[in-house]
Amino acid sequence: MIVVIDYSVGNVESVCNAFRHIGCQVELSRDPAQIAKATGLVLPGVAAFGYAMEALGDAAEPVKKAVAGGMPILGICVGHQLLFDESTEYGPHKGLGLIHGTVVGVPPVQTVPHMGWNQVQLPKGMDLFAGLGPAKHFYFAHSYHAQVNDPQAKTAMVDYGSPLTASVQKGNIYGVQFHPEKSSRQGLQVLKNFHEICRR
Amino acid sequence: MLTKRIIPCLDVKDNRVVKGVNFLNLRDAGDPVELGARYSDSGADELVFLDITATIRSRKTIVDMVKRVAENVFIPFTVGGGIRTVEQIDELLRSGAEKASVNTAAVQNPALISEAAKRFGNQCVVLAIDARRSKTRTGHWQVCVKAGSEPTDIDVVEWAKRGEDLGAGEILLTSMDADGTQAGYDNALNKAVSDAVNIPVIASGGAGTLDHLYDAVVDGGADAVLMASITHFGNYTITQMKEYLRDRGLPMNL
Repeated sequence: MIVVIDYSVGNVESVCNAFRHIGCQVELSRDPAQIAKATGLVLPGVAAFGYAMEALGDAAEPVKKAVAGGMPILGICVGHQLLFDESTEYGPHKGLGLIHGTVVGVPPVQTVPHMGWNQVQLPKGMDLFAGLGPAKHFYFAHSYHAQVNDPQAKTAMVDYGSPLTASVQKGNIYGVQFHPEKSSRQGLQVLKNFHEICRR
Repeated sequence: MLTKRIIPCLDVKDNRVVKGVNFLNLRDAGDPVELGARYSDSGADELVFLDITATIRSRKTIVDMVKRVAENVFIPFTVGGGIRTVEQIDELLRSGAEKASVNTAAVQNPALISEAAKRFGNQCVVLAIDARRSKTRTGHWQVCVKAGSEPTDIDVVEWAKRGEDLGAGEILLTSMDADGTQAGYDNALNKAVSDAVNIPVIASGGAGTLDHLYDAVVDGGADAVLMASITHFGNYTITQMKEYLRDRGLPMNL
């Protein structure tokens, strides 16, 4: 069972709906026992970084422990940003530190927030994007993005006047800045791929 | 680069999708959840649901519909029609809508825009404007309220600018003169508004051919095109629209 971390930031129900739609049962929970016995974790999030980290609160430790034990985790939007060391959004604020990097403002080359459908270049070997080809459009809505500074991490980028991090993977840790649950068929494919990863 | 968006619009009355001409003579176009899911599966970029009943009694029905839509639609969708308070917006967003659109209530109480923007973020607030060509001032349009039934003295371009200042994240601009006619968007209107604001403008009203969609983006400066009649009644598929626009050089999500 995949556990979607319930920490009341934004509409986590959309993520649950999308998983259910692809035939994957998910449970919304922040209970350490549930987290420990999950097959995978999803960290959703629509909020400011500091607020989200605070709302995650005492659920952070069980999440870190499970991930250290090899459990796959997928961070979405602000949940993806929480995977990094820290953020400058109304900050500095410390993140989970699972991947080295800093969350910084989207450079204001074009209108911020970066909102709408944009094309992500999908490098080979990121198993979250299996079966999706070299590039696909996904739905973005954000003002901050992660500058990844981790030699062990792979990234997928999106161009918005300057290159922004659209996705990251380091071992069993996955993050997407876009909203797969709002990205039509290709978004659902990303969730299916994560579901597959959790079943391995 | 962000793509130009194709947005089918579902006008909902008594739990059915309907479409009329110049806001009148409604025709049935199906079940909102079913039609929404079909558009989501067939490549639409976003959806707009407008409750054109918009009575107190219809509110609960709309919230229930939004929840069912959210279970079946995996693209962003906006809900509008009869929204009067920040609490109503909160309820719609929590039920799964990505954005809420305000129209009449924002004209009567512009603070609704700023309060909603502050609480949910600008990106959640869409200012819908029903525009009618002014009979007395050429090159001007007047804002109409109450589903277009009541013209006001407010100039559309001025109101759009004010909406942006108050915190609207997007303008949904409907030409009442063109609506449902399938004779083309009012691109003089679209251009006047898109030149005046920095937020995205969704052109609405009048789509009949693929050329019309292209013209709204290129001549009208629209970031997104909204349509109802030409897609509900099967004239064109979403893919046909997108391929056509892509082949003419516009960035599309395909």
